Amino acid sequence: MDDIFGDSIERLFAQIVTPAAIRAIEEGASIDALWQALEDSGFLDALVPESSGGAGLTLAQVFPLFLSAGRHAIPVPFAQTMLARAWLHHVRAPIPKGPITIAAFGMRSGENSISGSAVSFGRTAQWVLADLGSQIVLLPTRGADLESELIADPASLDVAMRWKGPRAANGISGETHPCAKLAEISAVCHASLIAGAADKALALTLDYAGQRTQFGKPIGKFQAVQSQISIMAERTWAARMAAQMACNSTNWWPRPLLAAVGKSRASEAAAVIADIAHAVHGALGITQEYDLQLYTRRLRQWRLAAGNETYWAGRIGEALLRKTSSSALAFICSELSAERL
Amino acid sequence: MIDTLELIEIPAEDEALRTEIRSFLSDALAGLAPDIRARSWMGFDADFSRKLAQRGWLGITLPPQYGGAGKSAFARFVLSEELLGVGAPVSAHWIADRQSGPLILKYGTEAQKSFYLPRICKAEAFFCIGMSEPDSGSDLASIRTKAVRNQAGWLLSGSKIWTTNAQHSDYMIALVRTSGTTADRYKGLSQIIVDLKLPGVSVRPINDMAGDAHFSEVFFEDVQCPDDALIGVEGDGWAQVNAELAFERSGPERLYSSMVLLETWLAHCRFNDAGNAVAAATLGQIVSWLAVLRAMSLSLTAKLAKGESPAIEATLVKDLGTEIEQAIPRLIGEVLGSAPDAPVSASLLKTLAYLEQLAPSFSLRGGTREILRGIIARGLGLR
Repeated sequence: MDDIFGDSIERLFAQIVTPAAIRAIEEGASIDALWQALEDSGFLDALVPESSGGAGLTLAQVFPLFLSAGRHAIPVPFAQTMLARAWLHHVRAPIPKGPITIAAFGMRSGENSISGSAVSFGRTAQWVLADLGSQIVLLPTRGADLESELIADPASLDVAMRWKGPRAANGISGETHPCAKLAEISAVCHASLIAGAADKALALTLDYAGQRTQFGKPIGKFQAVQSQISIMAERTWAARMAAQMACNSTNWWPRPLLAAVGKSRASEAAAVIADIAHAVHGALGITQEYDLQLYTRRLRQWRLAAGNETYWAGRIGEALLRKTSSSALAFICSELSAERL
Repeated sequence: MIDTLELIEIPAEDEALRTEIRSFLSDALAGLAPDIRARSWMGFDADFSRKLAQRGWLGITLPPQYGGAGKSAFARFVLSEELLGVGAPVSAHWIADRQSGPLILKYGTEAQKSFYLPRICKAEAFFCIGMSEPDSGSDLASIRTKAVRNQAGWLLSGSKIWTTNAQHSDYMIALVRTSGTTADRYKGLSQIIVDLKLPGVSVRPINDMAGDAHFSEVFFEDVQCPDDALIGVEGDGWAQVNAELAFERSGPERLYSSMVLLETWLAHCRFNDAGNAVAAATLGQIVSWLAVLRAMSLSLTAKLAKGESPAIEATLVKDLGTEIEQAIPRLIGEVLGSAPDAPVSASLLKTLAYLEQLAPSFSLRGGTREILRGIIARGLGLR
């Protein structure tokens, strides 16, 4: 069943999320047509229960969709919207139309303003589901000041945002849903996106290593290059398994420690993979014109988004230290282990 | 390119073994110092192996008709990770149980199976594997040890080196040349079971830098082996060796070589500096890495149990597994050494010192990292 979803979303993304479409959106073009196609596909409500018009799927079932989104360097908060819709439905809040991104970290609220740094997909989202610590709010991006000069990468879709005035905060609930913290939801999204983008970066690198000839043979024939690409393949494969573990849930929400494992390991892999992809591609890889940058820029951003490997490893380590009767092995075998779905 | 792996949960009946094994091990290993346990599959203790055998935990996957327990590959996975996790001294029976037994089951004649397997299951026959030679390390096709057919069977001459446990073993399964020359590469190689008590066999233990003699050099001077010393098909030795590599490379033994150090350090952290953020992040880094690799290893166990041969994937797991095994002593050394004023127990330091010295071997044994990456590159279509 997973493969059927995965195959059909791959076909859809291949048609609508082309490198040209990504570049246009990064330069400020409208996302409306792309979003409408995603809306029409029905996938955006996949995690909402069937009784409320969704497909009632589990997180594990939609993992191939998230992976595919990453593989195509999706420029809109696709995974985030799917999870945000499920979350909003779960807390009985109305679900707005349009793309919703999630800001689980870095949001500050003062008396007269709310602000966040590097809101992931902030430039293409219409809503930000934001954790302010004391409450969770749904903020419209229309009406927010975008401080895009704060982001070093001009093509980035991440952006610092500020909402002025108390009218900005459209509070949903003083409580957070006990099963689904926005931090872990966001971690799962980024872990899966990294795994997908890594897969694409590896495919591009393998192609290039087979085509580019130096010293009379393809550079992929040189042992030093083979060794680098082998490391890249190992990390790509480990990132995918890590992301798959993050999505190992019989519900729409993640198991917290598995989300942590997924984001920690996928983030660690992201930088290694991006570095090797560029090393093999040489100067061509760092040009705007060649597609590699579409994926490696995201690998680096998604690594830092919602906590990097050290942050999530710290959470896992703290949980293990607190569980004083458990050995490390017992903790791995019980708390960090996949369950039958 | 590289398949997505299925996430596997260990079946309940196999998982149920874990409690029994844990309770046995906590009694059997009580009082054994961590730096001794850290040796684990270098730790030789025939009495311990016999105790495991009495419980049916040797040859756990072998058929009952040959003395095995007839359990699944997942039962073996649980048993292996519990033994390695606490650093049980499994060295005596490890190779027989893990490699030689399954090899004999797969390629042996009925007589060979009936002769060797029950004794393996009772911890009465210990094995070593003769692969490397003084001039043949990673390039195994260049081996020169020869077995020449004669009227009495096979006349063996040559030598093997870096053979783990040869000095304690009853038998060696040796990869030898039975026809042709080194120019024929993998053609003409065969596997021979050598009784190490035969005249003409001599064993010279080699001390490692940690002070142990866990491997040896073995000399064969016209050793007359019987006709049924040949295991499998003459000339198929290389294919037979490779068929078992997917098993050898993807199991839990490629993840847990530094577990005793990790557990000892975890106890230290809980007692001394549970609030140390660097220690917590390092702990989390190690266990999350192990958790992902364990999921991969389990998934490959399921594939192997179904009769598939995920050779490239197994190679990836081994390279990643030895990377974390080697990283554990380095990472723990980093945290401990960053606070030179904090007290550290002698047993933790001894365990760390042992693993720091032996960790380089983790990516040498069973195929070096450089060889593995060549195999991966071939799997990716680069060669």
